[in-house]
Amino acid sequence: MQTPHDLAFLLARFQFAFTVGVHIVFPAFSIGLAAYLAVLEGLWLRTGRGVYLDLYRYWIKAFSIVFAMGVVSGLVMSYEFGTNWASFSRKAGPITGVLLSYEVMTAFFLEAGFLGVMLFGMNKVGRGLHFAATCLVSAGTLVSMTWILASNSWMQTPRGYRIDPVSGRFLPDDWLAIIFNPSFPFRLVHMGLAAFLSVAFVVGATGAWHLLAARRQGVAPSPPVRVMFSMALWMATLVAPLQILAGDAHGLNTLRYQPVKIAAMEGDWESETHAAEFLFGIPNMRTEHTDYGIRIPLLGSLILTHSVNGTVPGMKDFPRDQRPPSQIIFFTFRIMVALGLLMAATGLWSLYLRWRGRLYDSPLLHRLVFCMAPAGFVALLCGWITTEVGRQPWTVYGLLRTADSVSPIALSSVAVSLAAFVIVYTLVFGTGLIILVRTLAHPPVTGEYEANSAHPAEILAARSHPGAVPPVTDHPGGNA
Amino acid sequence: MTGLAYWLPVVWAIILVAAIAIYVVLDGFDLGIGMLFVVVPETRYRDVMVNTIAPVWDGNETWMVLGGAVLYGVFPGAYATLLPALYVPIVLMLLALVFRGVAFEFRVLTRTTIWHRLWDLGFMLGSAIAAFCQGAILAGVIQGVPVTDGAFSGKALDWLTPFSVLCGLSVMCGYALLGATWLIWRTTGSLEQACRLWSMVLAGGLFIAIVAVSLWTPMLHAPYLKRWTDWPRMIFVAPVPILVVALGSAFLRGIRQAHSLTPFLCVLGWFFLCLSGLAITIWPYAVPPNLSLWDVSSPPSSQLFQLVGTAIMLPIVLVYTVFSYRVFRGKVTEADAYH
Ligand code: HDD
Ligand code: HEM
Ligand code: HEM
Repeated sequence: MQTPHDLAFLLARFQFAFTVGVHIVFPAFSIGLAAYLAVLEGLWLRTGRGVYLDLYRYWIKAFSIVFAMGVVSGLVMSYEFGTNWASFSRKAGPITGVLLSYEVMTAFFLEAGFLGVMLFGMNKVGRGLHFAATCLVSAGTLVSMTWILASNSWMQTPRGYRIDPVSGRFLPDDWLAIIFNPSFPFRLVHMGLAAFLSVAFVVGATGAWHLLAARRQGVAPSPPVRVMFSMALWMATLVAPLQILAGDAHGLNTLRYQPVKIAAMEGDWESETHAAEFLFGIPNMRTEHTDYGIRIPLLGSLILTHSVNGTVPGMKDFPRDQRPPSQIIFFTFRIMVALGLLMAATGLWSLYLRWRGRLYDSPLLHRLVFCMAPAGFVALLCGWITTEVGRQPWTVYGLLRTADSVSPIALSSVAVSLAAFVIVYTLVFGTGLIILVRTLAHPPVTGEYEANSAHPAEILAARSHPGAVPPVTDHPGGNA
Repeated sequence: MTGLAYWLPVVWAIILVAAIAIYVVLDGFDLGIGMLFVVVPETRYRDVMVNTIAPVWDGNETWMVLGGAVLYGVFPGAYATLLPALYVPIVLMLLALVFRGVAFEFRVLTRTTIWHRLWDLGFMLGSAIAAFCQGAILAGVIQGVPVTDGAFSGKALDWLTPFSVLCGLSVMCGYALLGATWLIWRTTGSLEQACRLWSMVLAGGLFIAIVAVSLWTPMLHAPYLKRWTDWPRMIFVAPVPILVVALGSAFLRGIRQAHSLTPFLCVLGWFFLCLSGLAITIWPYAVPPNLSLWDVSSPPSSQLFQLVGTAIMLPIVLVYTVFSYRVFRGKVTEADAYH
């Protein structure tokens, strides 16, 4: 019994999930890369080693591409709450809208204000000021993440509000409680680490790519290539285990506030002690059973309660109309965790090779790291899907249903605009991705500064000339 | 209604109008430059044009994000009514801005491939469509939208009327003029000369558009007409047409005497007058002709909290925005390649 309204509702959800899913990749990229650039520039100013400037110059090109895509996809999001989720905006706007405004005023303006100086100002302002601009852009991305996650976390674990009995609106009572709601610290840490890890693997994969290329050509890899590979793998070695700890803590916290989400992520139907953990299975929402299950005894209780006789919840404890679609999040959760474990293993392996002095000549490691270029982003998206789909059927958890959040818009409008978003995003962000890969296909330019002790601005001024952008087609490896 | 519940929405309405005005002016010349690509086919000139805005466009567009966010947090009733009502032009505008925003990078990075032309076209069309949609959105608000139980209850294409098409075209013309006068200020040589010529034509077009929209608007709703003819308000309203004409003649003088900044400032003045005229017209409605500012406001606890943040942050934002414009001040020539 699909009415046009039901279909419009479904398409509005698709459209939101699609646009936000595309968006989140770019901010995560910007968060990690801006921090990396700030570190590179800081190292260059401290040590004076040209290799860091080489790397800065190299990655800032990628940053300018990624950042532009983050901005335009984000602009869409800030209006989509109103176009697609008008009822939600009307009721929750007094809280989520205010948080978004704070994000604009404290973060977006900061990023935008100093981005120009960061990208184009090397030979216009002094070293210190330029470094400050890089740091401020990086700070902006982190502040932005903090606000949007406060808003998102409030939707997951709402606190500090009152509901107006007449209009059904959420009225803010206590802003500190709203911002520092119970899931916010966990989400912030987990998401921040996810952004850093994602970028670590992109940088590492680019380094691995050029290490492999150098090996194929029988030449020694250049210093910037080695440095970026090494830095990225230090990051993976240190942060991947932290991410596992953070994810574990996040899961325990979710168990406390959203037990049905955990039951759905685990595919568990009955609450029990000494619960097993599914390695694989296909949860069936209708028959209330997880088919084809492969389970490891006791592990479920152990992971979720850190004790073998702890009780884990089952979906049957909750009414049918409050269960999230387990078939989706069961898998997205497992993909994320598997990738997290793989990243930690990669880090450990690189540590071992480093200790043996073979970090730069292990083609097997290089191939693995190269293949893991998208791993961080895949894990990050899977994590978001787990969180967001696991919140269903609510937009504001336990208080406002998604079905009651939608706008009064015509089916034709949503359908046509969904198609337009898919076409335009594919074209634009697809091209962006190709341009990005082609830019990274060139190895970093090296060596011009090592012997030169002149002021960096002069060096850069001497180097920049019209059309200084490398042609993107004529490189041997440039067709990837 | 007393105290905070009355005054906070008033203060916020003023801030919102100011943010929209800043947006229109700043992103207006960006979008105008995109449209001027039509009359400037040479890549080297196009590069100069883009280089005058490349370091600042992101900041300019952020004012639009601020407008959306303020509407969402402070006037959620308006956000939740106007956006569904204007769904089509808003989505179209957002998609156009996607093309426009990435084209800055992509048109340079695809320089040696055939895609280069596509991104120049994307920059041009994206700017033109976004400008048209912004005019249509403005017209949609002025025309008013049908509301039942506080929510939009009309049809998807209600906004599309002769009046909204006129407003769309007027905004395109106005932005192109802003762009042309910006280029007079920021470039040299034959590009500057060409812009002087084009800005005369565009100024003529904009003048006609302003007259047409001003005569048409009061006919849309009875209260609008009253606003312009009621006694004490007349005092504020009467000088507007005179100022428009005065700025027009200053503009012409600036063009003829080869001033570089005057024409741009005069056009800014025109925009300022138009926007304040519109604000006076629809005051105190947020969603004409039914919902007032107070009907769509969030509770004082939200508006006050947000006001504290704005009072602290907005001045700081303005300071570093000015700073970043100063870093990139001065004429841009073909020798300045930012990429
Ligand atoms: C984890 C971090 C994160 C998350 C979950 C989101 N964003 Fe975002 N967003 C950023 C982190 C970020 C960023 C890193 O700060 C960006 C990337 C480029 C930029 O300008 O800021 C950004 C850009 C960006 C912009 C453009 C800002 C500008 O013009 O400079 C807007 C309007 C939004 N976002 C809005 C949203 C909305 C409405 C979201 C929720 C659905 C959202 N973002 C999710
Ligand atoms: C940026 C990363 C995000 C991703 C990848 C993401 C993903 C998703 C997905 C996949 C859905 C659809 C769930 C379903 O229909 O079953 C959804 C829904 C939703 N999300 Fe997010 N989300 C993100 C961030 C946010 C943030 C930060 C907010 C709010 C501030 C938010 C607000 C919503 C709302 C209002 C819905 C309701 C619509 C719906 O359920 O389809 N999302 N999101
Ligand atoms: C073995 C390691 C990991 C564990 C145990 C873990 C655990 C979790 C859990 C339980 C959630 C759901 C939170 C909720 O219920 O709302 C989650 C969300 C998420 N995960 Fe992981 N995770 C791991 C690895 C990773 C990795 C490697 C990444 C990315 C590089 C990642 C990115 C995310 C993101 C972006 C979210 C959604 C945002 C949020 O709500 O925090 N996770 N993770």
